[in-house]
Amino acid sequence: MSILRIDKLHKEYNSSGKSLRVLQDINFEIEEGATVSIVGSSGSGKTTLLGLCAGLDRASSGTVELCGQTLNSLNEDQRAEIRNQYVGFIFQNFQLIPTLSALENIMIPMELHGKSGAKNVAMNLLERVGLADRHHHYPSQLSGGEQQRVSLARAFSNEPRILFADEPTGNLDDDTSGTIEKLMFDLNREQGTTLVIVTHDLELARQTQRIIRLKGGHIISDEKTGQTQQSIVDEQV
Amino acid sequence: MSKFSFLLNTARKDSRKNRGKLFLFMSSIILGIAALVAINSFNYNLLKDIDRQAATLLGADLAITGDSPLNPAIQSAVDSLPGKQAKEVELLSMAYLPSVDETQFMRVKALEGDFPFYGTLVTTPAEAATSFKQSKSALVDNGVMLQYGLNVGDSIKLGNAQFVIAGNLKNAFGSAGVSATFAPAVYIPLQYMEETGLVQPGSLVDYAHYSMVPASFDIDNWVKRRNKAYKNAQVRMETVKSRKRSLNQAFDYLNYFLNLVALVSLLLGCIGVASSVLIYVKNKISSIAIFRCLGMKGTDAFTVYFLQIFGLGVFGVLIGAALGSLIQFVLPIILSDFLPVTVKSAISWKAILEGLIIGTVITVLFALVPLLAVRNISPLRTLRASFEEDVSGRDLAQYLTYVAIVGSIMAFLWKLTGNFINAGIFTASLLAAFLILFLVSKLIMFLVRKFFPTQWSFVLRQGLANLYRPNNQTQTLLISIGLGTAVLTTLFIVQGLLLENVAQMDAGNQPNMILYGIENSQKEELAKLTEDMGLPLIQQVPIVTMELSEWKGRSKSEWVADSTSNVEDWVINREARVTYRDTVDQFEELLRGNFVGNYEEGQDSIFISLDERYADGLGVDIGDEVVYNVQGTRIPTYVSSIRRIDFRNMQARFFIVFPKGVLEEAPQFQVLVTKTPDTATMASYRSKVVKAFPNVSVVDLGSILQAANEIVTKVSYIIQFMAGFSIMTGLIVLLSSLMLSKYQRIRESVLLRTIGASRNQILKINATEYLLIGSLSAATGILISIVGSYLLATLQLNLKYQLNWWPIILVFCLVVGLTLIIGLLNSREVLNKPPLEVLRNELA
Repeated sequence: MSILRIDKLHKEYNSSGKSLRVLQDINFEIEEGATVSIVGSSGSGKTTLLGLCAGLDRASSGTVELCGQTLNSLNEDQRAEIRNQYVGFIFQNFQLIPTLSALENIMIPMELHGKSGAKNVAMNLLERVGLADRHHHYPSQLSGGEQQRVSLARAFSNEPRILFADEPTGNLDDDTSGTIEKLMFDLNREQGTTLVIVTHDLELARQTQRIIRLKGGHIISDEKTGQTQQSIVDEQV
Repeated sequence: MSKFSFLLNTARKDSRKNRGKLFLFMSSIILGIAALVAINSFNYNLLKDIDRQAATLLGADLAITGDSPLNPAIQSAVDSLPGKQAKEVELLSMAYLPSVDETQFMRVKALEGDFPFYGTLVTTPAEAATSFKQSKSALVDNGVMLQYGLNVGDSIKLGNAQFVIAGNLKNAFGSAGVSATFAPAVYIPLQYMEETGLVQPGSLVDYAHYSMVPASFDIDNWVKRRNKAYKNAQVRMETVKSRKRSLNQAFDYLNYFLNLVALVSLLLGCIGVASSVLIYVKNKISSIAIFRCLGMKGTDAFTVYFLQIFGLGVFGVLIGAALGSLIQFVLPIILSDFLPVTVKSAISWKAILEGLIIGTVITVLFALVPLLAVRNISPLRTLRASFEEDVSGRDLAQYLTYVAIVGSIMAFLWKLTGNFINAGIFTASLLAAFLILFLVSKLIMFLVRKFFPTQWSFVLRQGLANLYRPNNQTQTLLISIGLGTAVLTTLFIVQGLLLENVAQMDAGNQPNMILYGIENSQKEELAKLTEDMGLPLIQQVPIVTMELSEWKGRSKSEWVADSTSNVEDWVINREARVTYRDTVDQFEELLRGNFVGNYEEGQDSIFISLDERYADGLGVDIGDEVVYNVQGTRIPTYVSSIRRIDFRNMQARFFIVFPKGVLEEAPQFQVLVTKTPDTATMASYRSKVVKAFPNVSVVDLGSILQAANEIVTKVSYIIQFMAGFSIMTGLIVLLSSLMLSKYQRIRESVLLRTIGASRNQILKINATEYLLIGSLSAATGILISIVGSYLLATLQLNLKYQLNWWPIILVFCLVVGLTLIIGLLNSREVLNKPPLEVLRNELA
């Protein structure tokens, strides 16, 4: 059963009165519980595609169906409800709310959803990411790796059906990246979440089951992980 | 947890690290509300005290006043009133003080009966207040007693009669504080008035008749029934109720002015509110985007920030109301010279409630302008840093907010002025100023981009380009600083114009002494005395008093009875003081017709010349017949010319001028106008005149002008005190507007530092930008204020418009200087700390 279905997706931006095509004729489906990477060079349209898939933006044409809901027909508030209910996010620059403590940042999605016992769940998650003793610290008092761990805990706090990660290790060193990747895949497995990662990091991409490659706003390949490694080698040759 | 309590909790948590930044927002409101509450509390206390003290202000239940004794009909009506009666004759005259050989211009009040019936004359010794009427004694104003070192038992000479000073007078009825400064009071018994010889044909005498009636008697109804019938008799009837009404009206103007100052502070504060909320929202965009990304609805995100602003706004309004309640204790002290009653300061809950409501409504409305954009902040900002259209987009709610702001200002002004058109004009002026500043900012950005000086140095080009680059602050700062400058400069210009117009009256070779009540037989002798002292005879004219009898074929009583006529009361009721001459005076302008200077015997008509306002008030024009009554003789005349008089010169001016050859034999007196070069000559001249001609009244215009100047100085002190609120608020607005720029420019400055720009270069770039913004805002604001004050002065206040450039230059330098200093202080963090530390502190 597919959790995300993209059909004939187009996205254009208007810049200084001119139309700029960012994505053209994108089609794919992702099965529930799958792990998928979207890779491509800068300006290939990866982040735009992620934004559209997660309901953060509207497509110029085509359909995005997330968790059985067609996003095109929904307004921003309805999409916000979908995000809160089914979607988790991890960002390259962590995007923690600077005025809230680590614990409060993790509690926010649950409180938005009106769930009870948010504090206990958040503390358990903080313990899971190894930051239980830092729960009262603000983002500015945490290192980059620690901030991303809080961000991971927040992403999983609402038990999302699908998790979107935008360059989750892009701002981190190799050792910290390794820790974050392991945590992300472990939590993903434990909760049975679908994982969609946008990344430049081929090492990270290889850890997913499927890689979709973008170039100039088109999908140039969509392969299982083994085939992808061969395509990359072919391209490099 | 309910949704609202979650939002409330989130608002509390989100704001805790930003409360320092929100202090600016709060302080913008505090002073405006403080001014409003202080002024309204004072006003309500004043009205309460007028209400309580009105009877003691009038001293009687009924006062009938006029410039002649009561006619037999009124006298008999008054005599039939139950209760007590009293009489007073009042005139201005020179008094001679033999013990110190000095003269003093005084208000002589000759009293008969037990007046005041309510309240008392406060004297030392206390019994003098009543005992002075038993003998040829006087009560003399305390100021005069102290000034000349007089004691009870000394003498005072008024005209031909000498009185023993029986007491030191601490208060007087019928004169407010300031009028007493140029004509202090002296009370004498009425039976000795005739002996003074001061009451003569042509003397300016006021007659008052006071009654005290039993409480059961409806005096207002008695007056109402007779008011119309006595209109013709040139008397004014006043009861406690009507005195209260007229006092309330008089203080409406004071309250109107003070409230305008409060409104200005409040509006400036609101600009500060809008600016600081805009800074706050811009600063919070990334947090809002994350909230949105995590599934918070736009309206919920808006609620989180609205609750923060609303909470702090109400807190600021409460502090302002408390501060205002404290300040109102100072107002009665500052305004004491102008108040006829003792105002007891007390907490006015009505004023506080009004302040809270107005403050909260207006703060919320102004905060809504930037706050509404929160609903539209896209969650996509978590992925992409620049997503400009979401915050700059306008929606229906935003337009409704603008309409509500204009509507609330208009409603406030309407309540204040009670005049819809005036409220509309003021609101439209504010909108026009706003629009002009908006257009000027657009024009500047267009011109700088179009004619960019590519050959200029790097730092100057950077500074200049900041005016139109993305994230520029040109529009926001130009509007907020420009509007603040415009309001403050207008206040200064109008204050300067008021002072200048009064000062002009004393300027140059204006005469400073007027002598009136001179009999024809004294004319030559007095002229000789004047010339012997080397003083000029600037004007020496005859005056004949007469009564208006009929015009345009209808008698005065017919005109008075006609309820449809537009004839003005002041024209009908005044005693006509007429002169005769054969030329148009140098301070008059002949508007139309022929000025006929001579009447030849045998001529069938007498042609007179009228002042334009007098003619308009009477409804007559050239060719119309006007009949006057001189001591029982009917004199029919025809209007042959209309003149305009310049009322700013200090000479005797005449609404009605007869030709020579008509009034020479009529009972008349002379007026002499001269100028003394210094106070010593003035005192010596005054003393000689009073001794040689006791019946002649000498009016010292110099001291009256000096007193007027003192009044204006006091008024301007009050204006400055109240304008202080506006200035303080203006400074806070400037500060909050410039704080906005801190966040706009900090990233750029840090990046420039990172890639190697020196401290000096960054300082110069920022200085160029702030200098340009400061100068352009101040110049535009000043230009608006010049146009605004010109319209206000010429159309509303009828003042001669003359700009004093120094205060304007000072305001310009002050605004530019402050903009530059605060702007550069904003940059000091970037200049003095490592770039990374700045980024962590400011952008975290």
